[in-house]
Amino acid sequence: MYIIIIGGGRVGYYLTKTLLDEGHEVLIVEKNANYCETINNELGTVCIQGDGCETATLAEVGTERADMLVAVTGEDQDNLVACQLAKHKFNVQRTIARIRNPQNEVLFKKLGVDVTVSSTNVILEYIEEDVPTHPLTHLLAIEDSGEEVVEIRIPPGAKTIGKLLRHLDIPEGSKLALVISTSKRTHIPTKNTVIKEGDRIIAITTQKEEKALRAALTGDQ
Amino acid sequence: MKVLIVGCGRVGALLARKLDAEGHEVTILDNDAYSFRRLKFSPDLPEFRGTALRGNGIDEEALVRAGIKTTDVFFALTQGDNRNIMACQIAKHTFNVPRTICRIYDPLRQELYNTLGIEAISPTTIITDILKEMMGS
Repeated sequence: MYIIIIGGGRVGYYLTKTLLDEGHEVLIVEKNANYCETINNELGTVCIQGDGCETATLAEVGTERADMLVAVTGEDQDNLVACQLAKHKFNVQRTIARIRNPQNEVLFKKLGVDVTVSSTNVILEYIEEDVPTHPLTHLLAIEDSGEEVVEIRIPPGAKTIGKLLRHLDIPEGSKLALVISTSKRTHIPTKNTVIKEGDRIIAITTQKEEKALRAALTGDQ
Repeated sequence: MKVLIVGCGRVGALLARKLDAEGHEVTILDNDAYSFRRLKFSPDLPEFRGTALRGNGIDEEALVRAGIKTTDVFFALTQGDNRNIMACQIAKHTFNVPRTICRIYDPLRQELYNTLGIEAISPTTIITDILKEMMGS
């Protein structure tokens, strides 16, 4: 694959190194001449000095034949514009943007960026997983439908313990997929499943309903 | 009309003062409170009575604080083309502001974003044309 990377900082550097090892054709666009020189000295001639948000630069590096453009500068707005230029001017099929502000995820998707990667969110997810009292963990985003797979833990003392699932007010757009109980026996929940302390419930929900679903399952507003 | 301007440089500040003098309800947002000095001195215009707020024009919370939800016209006039582009797209697509006007120095980017529904003007093109005209060519 031909992959263009915008931004030759640490992320861009290690990304390129790994992709080259995997046999891809990679080119970095970086504004700073010193960064460019370092990259070219260490990885071979793979870096071009220029502004990845300028049409002329993108034309020069053959963006129209790129399979993917990945924008990993430290500025969200630069990553957005690079991806939009690639998409709308050069018809690049897949664009990936790094984002600093997790709030930008929704906006970027709406504006046609295929994938956003937020280091802030990634770290948050690990923290959520590590903190046992945190009742909801994001496991996976389903890109096309806008749904997400989450895990909800039933904490000790939850008001729902001992209740039947059909007596809980599960939001309409959320589906419960699996119950992993502390006895490690995993089963598919039915209307008559009883909620037990320590259960981990895997569910498919939407960002909108996430809070309501957690509230319904844990009885905690 | 309710106007929100992002970027209190020379253009942003002058526009804010002129629109304010015409009776529009103006809010101006800038990262750097020092730039609000440009709103003060004015030999030919009345004192600025609008709102000047410190905040990042590409941050949704800052924009909400600046009243973007009820804004009629949004101007993005910071020094950065990409910052302006992103601010306008937030205004248009997240907050449905009826008019979003954007300064983009790079003529090629200006052209693209015009086709994507942002009203963009490029001072580069405009000034070049004026200069050529002055020379009489």
